[in-house]
Amino acid sequence: MNYNVNEKGYYGEFGGAYIPEMLYPNVEELRQQYLSITAEEGFQKEFRQLLRDYVGRPTPLYFAERFSEKYNTKVYLKREDLCHTGAHKVNNTIGQILLAKRLGKNRIIAETGAGQHGVATATVCALMGLECIVYMGEIDIKRQAPNVARMKMLGATVVPATSGSKTLKDATNEAIRDWINNPVDTHYIIGSVVGPHPYPDMVARFQSVISEETQKQLLEKEGRERPDYVVACVGGGSNAAGIYYHYLNEPEVGIIAVEAAGKGIDTGESAATSALGKMGIIHGSKTLLMQTADGQITEPYSISAGLDYPGVGPMHAHLFASGRGEFISITDENAMKAGLELCKLEGIIPAIESSHALAIFEQRKFKEDDVVVLNLSGRGDKDLNTYINYFNL
Amino acid sequence: MNRINQKLQEDKKLLSIYFTAGFPALEDTVPILKQLEQSGVDMVEIGLPFSDPLADGPTIQESSTQALNNGMTTQKLFDQLAAVREHISIPLILMGYFNPVLQYGVEAFCAKCQEIGIDGLILPDLPLAEYQEHYQSIFEQYGLINVFLITPQTSEARIRQIDEASNGFIYMVSSASTTGAKDGFGEEQANYFDRIARMELNSQQIVGFGISNASTFQAATEKSKGAIIGSAFIKSLRKEGVSGIQNFVSSIR
Repeated sequence: MNYNVNEKGYYGEFGGAYIPEMLYPNVEELRQQYLSITAEEGFQKEFRQLLRDYVGRPTPLYFAERFSEKYNTKVYLKREDLCHTGAHKVNNTIGQILLAKRLGKNRIIAETGAGQHGVATATVCALMGLECIVYMGEIDIKRQAPNVARMKMLGATVVPATSGSKTLKDATNEAIRDWINNPVDTHYIIGSVVGPHPYPDMVARFQSVISEETQKQLLEKEGRERPDYVVACVGGGSNAAGIYYHYLNEPEVGIIAVEAAGKGIDTGESAATSALGKMGIIHGSKTLLMQTADGQITEPYSISAGLDYPGVGPMHAHLFASGRGEFISITDENAMKAGLELCKLEGIIPAIESSHALAIFEQRKFKEDDVVVLNLSGRGDKDLNTYINYFNL
Repeated sequence: MNRINQKLQEDKKLLSIYFTAGFPALEDTVPILKQLEQSGVDMVEIGLPFSDPLADGPTIQESSTQALNNGMTTQKLFDQLAAVREHISIPLILMGYFNPVLQYGVEAFCAKCQEIGIDGLILPDLPLAEYQEHYQSIFEQYGLINVFLITPQTSEARIRQIDEASNGFIYMVSSASTTGAKDGFGEEQANYFDRIARMELNSQQIVGFGISNASTFQAATEKSKGAIIGSAFIKSLRKEGVSGIQNFVSSIR
């Protein structure tokens, strides 16, 4: 089985482009051009150079010795937390801004939940001198004041999404509505491997630099390109798509996806889409989706704003449905403990999203000589308030 | 012949009205339909509310949220419409987003529509290619007309393709926008209406988005078969309720 996208834009039965006709010209333009533009030598040169000199790539593959000792296995951390702006999100925004320029677009829109993708988009817009409008749920704006300030400092306009539940899914709706209303000069930088084809594949390709580097780095450290497992947290799933990408069709590499169970899968306050979702359509993609029996999209919950999405990218839906991926869900409580543990054992403060991935070692046993690569997708600076309140620091 | 196609043969400009089922009150659906028919409206789009209506502006979004809060569901709407053909003879179209239809089951949904006497569907986020590959045969089996949208940005080649796939009318979106009333149409719209008219399509066109009063209705229908009013009608419903329908319709033509 192939786990990449097929020529029709599907991963198995998931994906496609379920968009209103108003979006068709823009999405079709992207579909026809994203592969050829990103394959151009000039594009690749500029992309690679910015990833190196601006983002700070390659990010280290770090053997977490004390953490490994505790769990009696070999754990490597792929340090995406060391990227400029504090998370892997910028790999994608660099790629998309270069693409947008080549498509002749001069106005950039984006959605953001916690603000990480918004900051990464505002950053590259400042870098390229393009207008930037970020849609953010009214509730998230209140919860994530430092990131709102960052975006403003970087010159972006932050527009509150006041419809629906006033969080990430509504910010995404507002960004899509903006694109409908501005069909000519605007490019929409989606922040995850979600949305209509070609977005999931395009974003996965930009993030695939993570597993590309991992292959080389692991060869140096372990004498082999392939770990036994790759582990990542999944909200929409862009960091996971990045660490899985070059291993998707390597069956000897186990793929582990970690979702946010929130307060527990059966509490009604959860974001574990693989456990709670059914096939449906969200933001132009056929995928697993948390919804009512009547097909209304429901509001997810997680302590981590980055995992708080009612769907999951179609690549991940396919990994789940086909059995290629092992899906584990982690509660708020276990994620917070695991985050604090990494601080104490390795001197690294992880984003709460990444802490979910770290928490699996308490419940999922690995062999002593297993090599497990965990994508440490972001740093915890943005989450200090949550950590402070949770642990009464 | 399907009621929509019969209506399209009448020698007049058609006034079609959109409203969200379950708004302003849950049980308003049939009273609104009766008032619309009595007021001389030619056709109705009944909106199936959705939690995430991404092609809609604030007015229809808010009406959808309120309808869902009132308790509207797909099954509830079908129950309300079970005996609708005892009172209503104008064409009825269900309009909504694809996910609720998918969850109901596309075939079960279409069968139910036929049983009730629904004449067509408008599902803006069900794209042409998907429809043709997976659903066209089901729609046709249950005698349903599927209505596609075109916009000022739709290429000529794609308009021809959509025309070919259409078995009723083409929903001509007046401008690059989400739904919602605008002040009026400018030169850009005039050129667009003109361009489409000159294409001499097989399917007649009905214009929607941005039509709110007699002058925009007049401008939109100069070169097309008719026009659809949605947001402006929802606003009127919010303000005047069901009893204001007669006045609203007579203010349009």
